[in-house]
Amino acid sequence: MLTDSKLTRRQILLGSGNIIAAGSLMALFPALEASAAAKPITVGFIYVGPRNDYGWNQAHAVGAKKIARLEGVKLIEQENVPETVEVEKVMEGMIRQDGAKVVFPTSFGYWPHILKLARNYPDVLFVHIGALWKEGDPKNTIGYRGYMEEPHYLCGVAAGHMTKTGKVGFIGSKPLYFIFNNLNGFILGARSVNPNITCQVVITGDWNNPVREAEVTNSLIDQGVDVMVANVDSAKVVIENSERRGIYSCGYHTDLSELAPKGFLTGAEWNWAAGAAFVKAWQTGGQYPNLLRGGFRQDMVAISPFGKVVPEDVRAKVLKIRQGFMDDTFKLYKGPLRDNEGNVILKDGQVIANDDNKFKLGVNFLVEGAIGKTGLKK
Amino acid sequence: MGAATDLGWWGVLIAVVGGAIRVSTPYLFVSLGETLTEKSGRVNLGLEGTLVMGAMSGYGISYVTGSPWLGVLVAGLTGTLLGLLHAAVCNLPRVNDIAVGIALFLFGTGLAFYLGKPLIEPVAPRLPHLPLGAWSDYPQIRVALEINALFIIGLILAPVLRWGLRNTKWGIMLRTVGDSSDAAKALGYSVNFVRIMGTMAGGFLAGVGGSFLSLYYPGSWNEALSSGQGLMAVTLVIFARWNPVYCFYTSLLFGGATALGPALQSVGITANYYLYGAAPYVLTLGLLISSSSTRHRLVGAPSELTISK
Amino acid sequence: MVGSRAKSGVEAVAISAAALLATLVLFGAFVALRGINPFDVYRVLYLGAFGSWFAIQHTLTQAAPLMLTALCTAVPARAGLLVIGGEGALVVGGVATVLVGVTLMGVPAPVAIALMCMTGTLAGGLWIGAAGALRHYRGVHETISTLLLNYIAIAVMNHLVTGPIRDFSQVLKPASWSVGERFMIGDLPGTSIHWGLAFGVVTCLLVYVLMRRTTFGFAVDILGGNVRAAQMVGLPIGPLVLSTCVIGGAAAGLAGTIEVIAVHGFASASLAVGYGYAGILVAFLARHNPMAIILIATLLGGISASGGLLQRRFDLPDAATLVLRGILFLAVLASSTLYGRLKIFQSRAV
Repeated sequence: MLTDSKLTRRQILLGSGNIIAAGSLMALFPALEASAAAKPITVGFIYVGPRNDYGWNQAHAVGAKKIARLEGVKLIEQENVPETVEVEKVMEGMIRQDGAKVVFPTSFGYWPHILKLARNYPDVLFVHIGALWKEGDPKNTIGYRGYMEEPHYLCGVAAGHMTKTGKVGFIGSKPLYFIFNNLNGFILGARSVNPNITCQVVITGDWNNPVREAEVTNSLIDQGVDVMVANVDSAKVVIENSERRGIYSCGYHTDLSELAPKGFLTGAEWNWAAGAAFVKAWQTGGQYPNLLRGGFRQDMVAISPFGKVVPEDVRAKVLKIRQGFMDDTFKLYKGPLRDNEGNVILKDGQVIANDDNKFKLGVNFLVEGAIGKTGLKK
Repeated sequence: MGAATDLGWWGVLIAVVGGAIRVSTPYLFVSLGETLTEKSGRVNLGLEGTLVMGAMSGYGISYVTGSPWLGVLVAGLTGTLLGLLHAAVCNLPRVNDIAVGIALFLFGTGLAFYLGKPLIEPVAPRLPHLPLGAWSDYPQIRVALEINALFIIGLILAPVLRWGLRNTKWGIMLRTVGDSSDAAKALGYSVNFVRIMGTMAGGFLAGVGGSFLSLYYPGSWNEALSSGQGLMAVTLVIFARWNPVYCFYTSLLFGGATALGPALQSVGITANYYLYGAAPYVLTLGLLISSSSTRHRLVGAPSELTISK
Repeated sequence: MVGSRAKSGVEAVAISAAALLATLVLFGAFVALRGINPFDVYRVLYLGAFGSWFAIQHTLTQAAPLMLTALCTAVPARAGLLVIGGEGALVVGGVATVLVGVTLMGVPAPVAIALMCMTGTLAGGLWIGAAGALRHYRGVHETISTLLLNYIAIAVMNHLVTGPIRDFSQVLKPASWSVGERFMIGDLPGTSIHWGLAFGVVTCLLVYVLMRRTTFGFAVDILGGNVRAAQMVGLPIGPLVLSTCVIGGAAAGLAGTIEVIAVHGFASASLAVGYGYAGILVAFLARHNPMAIILIATLLGGISASGGLLQRRFDLPDAATLVLRGILFLAVLASSTLYGRLKIFQSRAV
């Protein structure tokens, strides 16, 4: 699996001038500073849920607001668009009825619908948040996404320092590789502090199901979990219920620190600001990458402000590792690493580069210390 | 920090019992409300919309005024208004009450989502609870027995309603209208008026049930808050044989069934979570099938009810 | 007789138009509260639904599944049953389509597509047929049982697509194996409307003929009018109840097949996006008349299609469309009280 992924990655890097290597984002946007006369452009944002859900969709709506402030940009938005033929019609409607030249369909599952439409509208830029673009896909599509496992690792480090029971909890929505990737980051972070920490994993099965999320939170706490992190559309319910039970929690998507003044540690946040650069590039005829992935080093992810319960020394340790991600001196996946069924994932000395897309898209295992199953085929 | 001792399987049991109490309250209030409505001979399937409107309005009022109890009251009044709307439309001849219910379900949820947009982010003051488990050394038990006042009110309300339906003038009038509108007319009751009252009372209780969702547990307003609790509660009424006390038991049972999946998952039984999630529905369907019959009408069913004909 | 039939047709159109007008006035007042000019909203509603060839295609794409799911409520309703299980039947039909579709590798595409359509139809028919059987033989109310069956169908589908029939190479979401590009039926020639529209229209027409021009339809109408009368003339109540449920469920199951072979290619949670519930609304607005369903589904499709434009032009939340639908539903139900009470529509000389 490993040699495979490295080979493919090299092939991708060699085979395409349009896929950029991590770290060279700014080099590819020479037009950014220079462009003076921006011609008016309409930008459409499509959300899969309500755009103020205090979670995933809101993180994008915040990005949309920033783009709306760019010179000459007019923003149009539509929410609660399902991942069916409807999203194709909504994109087309934005293009034909409102004259949109850039659309941001912000749900993972929109991707096949984007591919279906993009060739018909070569003068429109389609920006997707899944980073699934590959050679041969239309050039007027972009995939971009942050390495969310990096801030989850930092949350894990904070959790590892703060837990007293040595049990942390992870609530996931759907059994998908990127959820498990985040989860692995969280556990690796926690176990870097104390290798005896375990993490109880529960998948709720829904992007958003407040009653079940609350029940799972309470049940996990009853089992001794004292730090909670949730990968659901909005972690509000999980964080509020954790706070009520007097345990620690970490945020996701946006800054949720206000919800838990006592127990909030920190949170994993997106930074979708690159979207604005794409709009600029399209507006001015500048260059843009078709695939952009990045972590702290590329400023595509962030952590929430620390909760006041987190002591200075823990903060310092977390920030030091963040610096490591920024300098690319710290690697998240490195050997020796076993999954939670005892299989060897990485041998001693093996290191996975932080920008190894192929490896990360193939995460179908939970690292040692996780109590739970992915349900994915190995 | 309240570090909990590891209780293993006992923890599952405690989580299910605690979950039954936490999750059941909205079911209890909606099913009590629906019992009153159905006893008058009408079905209001729109209580799902009422529940969601109650959750939204209760949360909003609590946030604006700082008083969760005022929120509960306003949620109830909102429900009363929606009940009035249902009853008024159904009082027109040749209008199907179940269809009006579905319409109100759409309308209520739509309106709640529309008005509730600014309420997703703010944190509103929450209803208090009684620490009935304070005697225990186990935090799990203490939390399982943190009982919300609304649950207690529901617990008291169930037998009171049962007594009231049997022994008060109002109760007898309601049941007469529900069992035979002709007899009620002969006795000089206004059938339409009694049904308006029954539906408004039902709406009030459903609205209060909704406020529990947003103001206590899970304790937040968002658009996925109700995953059909209002619709299911209407089903529970049939299962409870239109008996308010049985409504209480069935609500607890349904709440417990809902809590079972998460409780099992948290001890590592992680497969088949969707099927555990469907357990309450399968359970209800199975019990309905086993208890129904074509030969005799369900015990306790009001004769005028479309749903039992 | 012909005169009275024409008059009752005019009556239905007049009353429906009045309900629609009342809805527009109420919704206009509703948006005016937000400081939006109602007439601008009406204009955009029209633009988004029927204002251009693109808008019409959007509307018809939205309408296609609703025609089929509406039949799931409308056909049993003619026999006096209230079935709300379209959502579940659609999901079951879609999953069954995939299960059969993936076994048809070597089969010529037209045959495979026909087989898949039959599978979805059969699965949906059996699903709602079961509710009909429970109603007739066990006295379980069909509204309640079909509601529960919706939840159960969605849970089973989710279970299957996250495990037993999951395509693990699909990273976007938990989704089943694909039936393959070869079996996708795509769009109607020259349009961006998928073939589901043709299926919907033809099915509605067939059901119309069945319900209006055959003895079966006549018997169902007698049963729906009065059970006791049906018993007295010796109609087979059980088979009639069951048949209407099977036909209704079959239509919704076919909608599931269409979602798979015209849109997604696989089964996933995106099958359960509310077409079944919207179908209930369509059926009631069409007064359970299969021909009227075609028109009403188009109207409702138009409301959904223009809902997006409302959001984009006026920054209205998406829920505004839900409110509009709710008001429309209430207005139409309330207006049903007017039938037979407006003097001008009464036939005097019979």
